[in-house]
Amino acid sequence: MTKKPSAATEGHADPPAAKLGFAGAPVNAMLSAEQKIGLYRMMLRIRRFEERSLRAYQAKKIGGFLHLYIGQEAVAVGCCSLMGKDDHVITAYRDHGHAIAVGMELNPLMAELYGKVTGCSKGKGGSMHFFDPSRNYWGGHGIVGGQVPLGVGLAYGLKYKGLKGACMTFMGDGAVNQGAVHEAYNLAALWELPVVFVIENNGYSMGTSQARSSAGELSRRAEAYGMPWGECNGHDLYEVRAFMAPFLERARDTCRPALVEIDTYRYRGHSVADPDNTYRAKAEIEEYRRNKDPIQVFQNELIAEGVLDEARAEKIDAEVRGEADLSADFAEASPFPIAADLQKDVYWEADNPGERRSGGRLFFN
Amino acid sequence: MPIIQYREAIRQALAEELTRDANVVVLGEEVAQFNGAYKVTEGLLERFGPKRIVDTPISEAGFIGLGIGASMLGIRPVIELMFWSFYSVAFDQILNNAANIRYMSGGQIHCPIVIRGPANGGTNVGATHSHTPENVLASHPGVKVVVPCTPYDAKGLLKSAIRDNDPVMYLENTMLYGDRGEVPADDYLIPLGKADVKREGKDLTIVTYGRAAIQSLAAAAVLQQERGISAEVLDLRSIRPLDIDAVLASVRKTHRVLVVEEQRPFCGVGAQLAYMIQSEAFDELDGPVARLTTVDAPSIYSPPVEVEQLPNPQRILKAAVEAMA
Repeated sequence: MTKKPSAATEGHADPPAAKLGFAGAPVNAMLSAEQKIGLYRMMLRIRRFEERSLRAYQAKKIGGFLHLYIGQEAVAVGCCSLMGKDDHVITAYRDHGHAIAVGMELNPLMAELYGKVTGCSKGKGGSMHFFDPSRNYWGGHGIVGGQVPLGVGLAYGLKYKGLKGACMTFMGDGAVNQGAVHEAYNLAALWELPVVFVIENNGYSMGTSQARSSAGELSRRAEAYGMPWGECNGHDLYEVRAFMAPFLERARDTCRPALVEIDTYRYRGHSVADPDNTYRAKAEIEEYRRNKDPIQVFQNELIAEGVLDEARAEKIDAEVRGEADLSADFAEASPFPIAADLQKDVYWEADNPGERRSGGRLFFN
Repeated sequence: MPIIQYREAIRQALAEELTRDANVVVLGEEVAQFNGAYKVTEGLLERFGPKRIVDTPISEAGFIGLGIGASMLGIRPVIELMFWSFYSVAFDQILNNAANIRYMSGGQIHCPIVIRGPANGGTNVGATHSHTPENVLASHPGVKVVVPCTPYDAKGLLKSAIRDNDPVMYLENTMLYGDRGEVPADDYLIPLGKADVKREGKDLTIVTYGRAAIQSLAAAAVLQQERGISAEVLDLRSIRPLDIDAVLASVRKTHRVLVVEEQRPFCGVGAQLAYMIQSEAFDELDGPVARLTTVDAPSIYSPPVEVEQLPNPQRILKAAVEAMA
């Protein structure tokens, strides 16, 4: 992996609880055994859902792009598990993990991948565009970096309404050189908005390594905007939670932004349609999978804690595999949208004809 | 009825909606402390305070994206672009995000945002500051596009735009900011998508909008006086939704059409209108649909030549006479 040296956090606090072990951090120590197992199950659910979706893709049940999150599960689950009632999430196109982590059901997600009308976006969004405002989840955005100003706007809305919440605005390491991202950093810092920018650094923007795409250190760019920043490992769920919790609390309490970088790794290509053999070695993937797989790491931890045993882990795995299979069955059995649906969900007014105030033609064929 | 300037009419609309709805917020470059680059927002900071009237850095993608994000939570941002020409640096936010989020979310989200500012040539500021993007905007399903030409229309349409639950692109004109007209001091709305017959006539329909409508009215007066041609001037006011029924009704009356617009000809609003008129009222036409646009080149700086590049009463007159031949 061609990444910067790890733990380059000079001029900044060490990750909290590093010396105690992350399991002992307050935000983790407070978890019950069942809550810990719930987090484990959530990561596994994401993994099995995506593996099932990959099989469906290979069977040509799914079109377009499929950007898999496999390998990164501890980031979304760790961060989203810290959400309070007024916390919000927005992310980019590698969005399945976050959608599941905020609590979306597998059936509408798989159906969306299949392009079915029972999908979370009625088959209109696809893999890159999952949304669930009822769970404070605002997508699911296809253009690299384009969602970052929106995340700042969600934080602006929270502050405007006097709500004590924060917006976690996720992006990949490939987004950090987009102008819109820097504009968003500036506005968040200038106007003191409760947003935590989260760079999920998996080392590659598509097939271009960080070393070949970004000057300097990614999270440290926050210093130019007067924002606190930090960096942590993303394969350890406890570490992600212990690291993120104070940043979120600070955003909620002080209405100030921060920029964090969570180092992670994806096992699959940028999209499953992309060849994955031009920019990294198989050995690199295998090394990560063997030593840092976030689900295996957390399973080992929970077994060591006596919270989980092999038998229960296998049972959970069977359950979430079953759930993923059922979601594929559900998607398969669901109908596609029909052509008459094409012009629905375009304009609020057209969808609410009883409340339409405008005249004239909204559509032109 | 009070007679006020076009810019004052816009300001009245903003002030009334800021008063009516606590979720309305005005954002943009120089809108607060500077009182607006074109003085549209003059006095609003003093009246509504810095939470409601917000100066932004020069960062259009950032603050328009912010406004879209805030609108998803129920804030109703009215964002001023100092020039609509600057929309190009926020294209992704406006036309990928605001236009598409409702669709991509299967109707779960709507973005009640207004983006407003001047979009016109004629001020000798060259090609970068003289764009008229109403055609580009209107070709994106999901957004609405409004181009008012009188103070009365400006106020009533802006109030409707702010109350609209879809993203509305509101295109003003710096050349009209000082124009005066009768504007009721109280609350009234003009619905989007309703054209307005600005002058009745029987021989020729001039379909137009924006400043070109004002110029068409001047040309129509001369046509009547010097040529005895009775031209009807139909001001679209909204580009999308489009009041095509009003256009067709006028065509059925006059049987001849001239479209006048401050657009380049290629894929301009007039191209769409010409297609729809021939498609839906072919048998009513006594001649081909005529069209007068900005001359097809980037906007020239040279002041006297820019006048000739844009629609003006003389060019409209000539085009109208040709359309009647």
